[in-house]
Formats: sequence, structure tokens, C-alpha cells
Amino acid sequence: MNAPVHGSTAFDRPAHVGRGMSRPNAKRLLAGKGNYVTDLALPRMLHAAFVRSPHAHARIGAIDVEAARAAPGVRLVATGEDIAKLCTPWTGTLDHFKGMKSAPQLPLPVDKVVWSGQAVVAVVADSRAEAEDAAELVMIDYEELPVLADLDTALAPDAPKVTEDFADNLCFRSALDSGGVDAVFASAAHVVEADFLFGRHTGVPLEPRAIIADYDASEHRLTVHHATQTPFQFQDLYSRHYGIPEARVRVVAPDVGGSFGVKLHVYNEDMAVVGLSILCRRPVKFVADRLEAFVSDIHARDHRVHARAAVAADGTLLAMDVEDETGIGAFSTYPRTSVVEGNQVIRLIGAPYRLEGYRAGLKVVFQNKVQTSQYRAVGHPIACAVTEHLVDEAARVTGLDPLEIRAKNVIPDTAYPCASLSGYKFEKLSHEACLTKLRALMDYERLRTEQAELRARGILRGIGIATFVEITNPTPAFYGIGGARISAQDGAVLAVTPSGEVRCQISVTEQGQGTETIVGQVIADHLGVPRDIIRVMTGDTAVTPHGGATWACRGAGIGGETALQAARKLKTNVLSLAAGILQAKPADLDLVNAEVVDRDGTVRMSLAEVARIAYFRSDTLPDGAEAQLTVAHHFAPKGYPFAFTNGIHGCHVEVDAETGLVKILKHFVVEDCGRIINPLLVEEQVRGGVVQGLGAAFFEECLYDQGGQLTNGSLADYLVPMSCEMPDILIDHVETPTLDTELGAKGCGEAGTAAASAAALNAVNDALGPLGARLTQVPMTPARILKALGRF
Amino acid sequence: MSASPMSDFLPVTLTVNGTAVSRMVAPRTTLADFVRTDLQLTGTHTGCEMGACGACLVLMNGEPVHSCLVFAIQADGAAIETVEGLTERGAIEDLQRAFHERNALQCGFCTPGMLVTGHAILEKGGLPDREHIRDALSGNYCRCTGYEAIVDAIERALREREGCA
Ligand code: FES
Ligand code: FES
Repeated sequence: MNAPVHGSTAFDRPAHVGRGMSRPNAKRLLAGKGNYVTDLALPRMLHAAFVRSPHAHARIGAIDVEAARAAPGVRLVATGEDIAKLCTPWTGTLDHFKGMKSAPQLPLPVDKVVWSGQAVVAVVADSRAEAEDAAELVMIDYEELPVLADLDTALAPDAPKVTEDFADNLCFRSALDSGGVDAVFASAAHVVEADFLFGRHTGVPLEPRAIIADYDASEHRLTVHHATQTPFQFQDLYSRHYGIPEARVRVVAPDVGGSFGVKLHVYNEDMAVVGLSILCRRPVKFVADRLEAFVSDIHARDHRVHARAAVAADGTLLAMDVEDETGIGAFSTYPRTSVVEGNQVIRLIGAPYRLEGYRAGLKVVFQNKVQTSQYRAVGHPIACAVTEHLVDEAARVTGLDPLEIRAKNVIPDTAYPCASLSGYKFEKLSHEACLTKLRALMDYERLRTEQAELRARGILRGIGIATFVEITNPTPAFYGIGGARISAQDGAVLAVTPSGEVRCQISVTEQGQGTETIVGQVIADHLGVPRDIIRVMTGDTAVTPHGGATWACRGAGIGGETALQAARKLKTNVLSLAAGILQAKPADLDLVNAEVVDRDGTVRMSLAEVARIAYFRSDTLPDGAEAQLTVAHHFAPKGYPFAFTNGIHGCHVEVDAETGLVKILKHFVVEDCGRIINPLLVEEQVRGGVVQGLGAAFFEECLYDQGGQLTNGSLADYLVPMSCEMPDILIDHVETPTLDTELGAKGCGEAGTAAASAAALNAVNDALGPLGARLTQVPMTPARILKALGRF
Repeated sequence: MSASPMSDFLPVTLTVNGTAVSRMVAPRTTLADFVRTDLQLTGTHTGCEMGACGACLVLMNGEPVHSCLVFAIQADGAAIETVEGLTERGAIEDLQRAFHERNALQCGFCTPGMLVTGHAILEKGGLPDREHIRDALSGNYCRCTGYEAIVDAIERALREREGCA
């Protein structure tokens, strides 16, 4: 893990990149001194509460707000019409998804509600409690409309429409076909197939969504304190939808209590709060309580997949053929849409393997539910579970061991660069190396022996394996080409301060992953200073250059490379200035440990002395010496459209066939995220991701009734993984740096979630196989396991 | 923070982090809202406001309680300690160091509640095994870490206190 960073000189041997270092900014959080938007109070701040629709689909009739307006402490009651006068509508479509459609949205609806829990009227009062009290006094007449609560109802030929103007309830369709698939299936020795159901679930960041909008009419200026991953995206959106020049809109994202994709989408309430502040001329705060979060945060998944695979007699995988139908709610989410997940499902299925043929169809369907959109590992868990279940089935029918069949079929490590039949281009992956390491990490043979022994005693243990590829570091191919103003580049301003310390203002953001820490590590090595004199600042559009920020595992790869290149640039400036002062050649100097040294390592002067002269004694500089100790630098990924990573999971479970309860004994991951900047942080990203994946596998599901009502929208009813249910997670690494950047880092934040549920599904099926039971639905609740066993 | 006119407020006197505090509060104000809003001790967080997540744990007369489930007036006469108080008197310095070095926090939102539970485990003493630590932490939700690092950090602090690090 301590391999030198390629490109490093003899002088700046990396002391930081590759080392597990704890996060300097975590100490504040440990002392209870976090600065979350939920904690923030501004002078004269008001509080918003929303009246929400009790119906999943209804026309809005008369709205009576008089009693609410007269209630104690109330400053404003605003309807959809009131805010529509200020804010232009938005539509969650992107041009590169040909033919996709979605209705325009406003902060609050003016004609009808399309999901239960949709915010309809806003009440602003001196306190949240007063706003909530007054909200109960708002009377809204509704005329109920037919509810489309599931895929079949929405896809029926005579189905009522979620949006009347549309011919059907299809947001988007897509198909992939490599050709010749039918012929491969027709001649294959075996065909395995399955129907899968993936429940809707949601991110549940522990800090719910929180926002304070602060409009200053005197300067026509807007400041928004917003718990988000993507402050620049919101600066752009608030500016354009509210007609405020971009430079007068500032979005500050301080400490964010978890996000996982949830906090990078446009939410109706959040957009409304900006309008409420404009109308009140005062800061307005809105914090979703947990019940509101369940009915208004994006959900994810909700896929129904039919898939089959053609397999040769010797276990060679030949072709796959899949149909994915996914329900996304009443709108496509803005600005990233709700079709990316389905698109990634059909493109990622089969991706680790050599196939002769691949065909896939996708239907993205509107329903009367809250929107789905990008949440951690977008599409990957579905693609992985479908693929890996079929691979296990192929192993079963051909009598191969699950690790053997994977070793036989993964794309060999020597075959790169290559492309998947779905069109993804792979620079270099390491499936074979990862498989070999997983076998050792799990002590696979011993587990199999133990499994057989225990089975003889009636104890059902299962071992599940799942390989994956993961999309990280997207170029503009992801959003930019579709017309979204979502940046694929990042920017940094890096300066040596007058005291010789280093300040970095960078557009990638921090939600606890350790972004600031790794940026500091990269700068420390590539500028040549100790980590502890570097201060990294993120999360404020008024402080850092514009950039994409943190999503799709781009913080380390793109943010890290931005920091690296900025550090190089600043180092050049420092050395050229020092050379001027010292009457030396820049090429004969280096910066090591914040000191300017000769080639032989002799210290010539400190960085602090260079800074002192630059800032305070420019009169002593030789003619022509440039004292440029602040640099700005932007980096946009080029080359491969995405930096794909890969890895493999193993899950070891014990199933109680009497109760349907599963004990997860241990989980194993071997992952290859390219250059590892900080193994401590990488491993914790993976562990956190695995547990979210195991949550999807066993617990998490947003349950709706036929009326479109969410029936388990609280943290008592919606189960998230608890510590007593989770296993220890063993991790090992393979490092295949991308050559598209000098740093070589890819991403790791989604590697855990991508394959954990697939490995768990395979493990449970491995345990139940001898009883003839098979599950193809997650979450695998005890009731579903008992049903599969025919006991319920 | 209430719709009630001042006459509906009730007096409450308690000790918070060693300091005597007297305030008028609305009867419906929870202890969590009281410490966060009235006393600006925002280290205590609320993640569910229904006793499920543990982000709001504080010590009440030395015992961990969910401050979202206790009304401020119910704490009349009690001694309350929050993460800020535990930090200032150095009571959890070793635990905080173990969390920091093991990176047992990401977003940090669950962390104050985890530290309160961790403190309670440490106060009980002994060397509970990992399974017991995991059980003791089951009223604390963490969405970021996957729990293992938290278990490791508490285990390490326990070992250090027992002198077997
Ligand atoms: S806020 Fe009190 S337990 Fe969740
Ligand atoms: S660190 Fe984010 S919830 Fe635990």
C-alpha cells in the first residue's frame, strides 16, 4: 500500500499518499461541535412547515388558509400559486435519454397532487411548533383520482395517466442488443432464468434534509445554507429558477449528516423555502422531520427484472437476456432524472464476464409515489444481484463450484482494454486477482468443509459470492452531454499563506468520507509540506471555485487529481521564486517538508521565509521574480468516459429454517479502487457501503398499500441495520491505478453497496438450496424466507 | 419555541453539564429541543424524535436517556450531561481518541449518541466481548460506518481502561 506514486521525484517521496491517516476535521464532530444546518440559527429566522397531501392522486380544489393566517406566530401562508409567481418550473429530463418525458414541476403544486405526502401549502411562523400548529388549520378540498400504486396498474393498456397530457405512463424505454442472442440461446446446453423483485428503499441519512434560505432584498442577494453534496449545482438552480444573478447566490454546505445521494436532488420543499424567504424578506428554515423525510426524500430501486442466461455444458456463460421494469414515482427527478438507475442496471448486467450475446430492455414507469432517483451505487446492486444469481444457477446446473465458474468466466486480467457488450469501456480491471485474494481471505475451502459438516447436523450455512464492476469518476458523458449544468470538472485555489502554511479551497465536498483529509494528503506529497500545515476548505460557493463536488465516487479520483495538479503548479511557483531569491536554478531545488532544499538535500530556506519575502519584502526580490503564491487550477477527467473499478464480495450466513431469521456471520470484500490514497478511509467507505447493501438485502423496504400510502414511514417501522445484526467485514485490496490521471485513484464509496446484497442473496440461496427453496426478492425478510421454504 | 403564550410556560430548574439552569419552558418542549435550542448545546442531535435512533442520547442523573422522549419539565431537578459536558470534563477523552484514530465516525451525526452509549459501556467496566458491545449499541443507528469501527473503538477504550491495551 506504500508504493510510490508514479511521477514522484526523488525529492518528494510520498509520505502521505497510501497511508492510513485519521481525519483532522473529525475531532470537532467528536467534541459535539459539528456545524450542521439543523443546528444553525440566524437572526430573525422563521420556520416553515408544510401541509401535505393525504391522497396519492387528487385534484386540488378550494384552499382555505384564513384560520392558519390568523394563528399565533404565523408570518406567511403560501400556496402553489403564490410561489409559482417567483419560481420557474423545472422538468427532470436529459437530452441523451432519447424520448424520455416528465411533467414540469413547481415548488408547490397548483392543480393536482400526485403522491401521498406531497407538500401543498407552506406555513411560515416564528417557531416550527407554531408553523405546524397553523398547518393543521389549512383546509384543502381534494377530488380523488385513480391511484397508480404499482407497475402493473401503471402499465395496463387502459390505465389512467399520472400526467393527463401523456399518452402513457412510460417515462423512458431503452433497449440494447448485441445481435444473435436468440441463436445462442437456441443452441445452448442450459438456460437458467429467474424473476426478481427489488423493493423500494431509501437513504435515511441520519440528519434529515435541512435548509435555510436567506434572501436579502437590498442587494437582491440569496444565501442558502443547505445540507447538500452539491452546492454549485444548487447555486446554478436557485439562480436560474428564481432569476437571481449567479454571483449573488451563495450556497453553503457545512457539516452534512450523511447524504448517500439523497441530498443532491431538487426537492419541492427546498425550492419553496427560497421563495418563502423572498416573500418574508427574512431567513426561513426548513428541516424535514423523519416522517416527512420518508414521504419526500427520494427513494431508490423498485425494479422488477426477468432475466435468463445461456450456458454451455462446461459452464461457459454465453449470453444474457433481461427485461427491467422500474417504477419511479410521478415525476422524473430534477436535474439528474430518474432513469439513470435503470440505464445502469441494463448496462451493468453481465459486465464482469465475457459474453457472446447480450440483450436488454428497460421500461421506466410513472406511478403515484414519491420520486426515485440516484442513491448510493445507482443500479449496481440490481445488476449485480441479477447477474450473480444467474451465475450461481449456471454453476448449479453444470455442477461447478461458485468460485470456479466465476474464475472460468470473468474477463481475464490480461484482456484489457476491452468493452462490455452494453458499451462500457474498461481500461483495466482485476477480477482474477480479486477472486484469488477472496478465496484466501475467506479461507473458502475451510468454509465449505465446515458447511458440509454442519449441514449433516441440520445447521444451514450459506456462502455467497458476487463480483461487480463499479462506475466512478464520470466525465461529461454522464450529465453534461444531456444538457444538465452539472460539472464533471473540479477546481481548487491553493495558496501559501504569509506564515508559510497552505490553504486549499476545493470544490469537492465532505460528508464524512474524508474528502478534506485525502486532498490534504495529496497536497502534502506533491507540494512537499507536512499534512498538518495544510488547511482544506470545502462546501461554500463563495469560497471555492466551481466544481462537480462529491457524487458518483468522484471525490478522490477527480478532486484528488485536481489537488495534485494544483500542488504541482504551486510548487513550480514556489521554487521559481526561491531560485530568484537564492540565485539558483529552479531545477536544482525542491520543496521537502516545507523547506527549499538542494539536490543533495541541503536546506536552503524555509517555505515560511519564501512567503515572508513574497508578501512583505517584495522590494528585495530580483527583477522579474514572480511572487505568485496563490494558484487556481481546474481538472476535468478525459480519456475513458468512466473510471471503472471492480471487486468481489463474499457473504457467510446461517439461516434458521424455523424462524426464517438469518445471522450474517461474516462479510468479505476484495476491491480494486485504483491508487489507494488512505486505506483507513477506503476500508470504512467499503464497510459503510456493505452495511447499506445488507440493509437492502434483509431489512429496508418502503411498503405501500393499494391506495399509494406508505405504511412504514418511520424509523420504528422502516428497519435499518443495527449493530447487533451486522457482521465484522474483512477487506483486502488490489491496486490497479488508472493511467488517465497521475494520481491513479478511482472511487470506492459505492463498492460496498454494489455487491453486498447480491452476495447475501446468493448466500441465503446456498444455505436453502438443499431444501429446494430459492429466493429472488430482496429484502429477504423472515416471512419471505419461510414462504420460499413452503412454511408460511 | 412554542405557540403557547408565556402564561402557559412552566419553570424548570436543572443542572446541565454542571451548571445550574432555570428557564420557563412550554410543557411540550422536549429535553432534546431544550438543550439544542434554549441552551444552544447542539452536540445533541435528533434523527427520529421517537426513541429509535439514539442520536439524542444524553445522561440524566448518570443514565443514558433519549432526550427526544423526555419533556424538559420532566427533567426538573435532574442533572443532565451532554456530549459537550462529557468532553469538557475529559470524561471520554480516551473514547474520543479511539474513535478518532479508528475513524469510527463519518458524517458525525450519530457520534454524540454513540459516545454517550460508549461512555455507559465504559462506566460499567469489565471487558464485554464484541457481541455484547454490538448489543449495547443497538439503540444507536449509524448510517455511515457500518458499526465495526465503532465497536473497535469502544473495545480499545475498554482495554485501555482495564489496563490491557
Ligand atoms: S432522536 Fe431521539 S432516539 Fe432518535
Ligand atoms: S457517522 Fe454518519 S450516522 Fe454515524
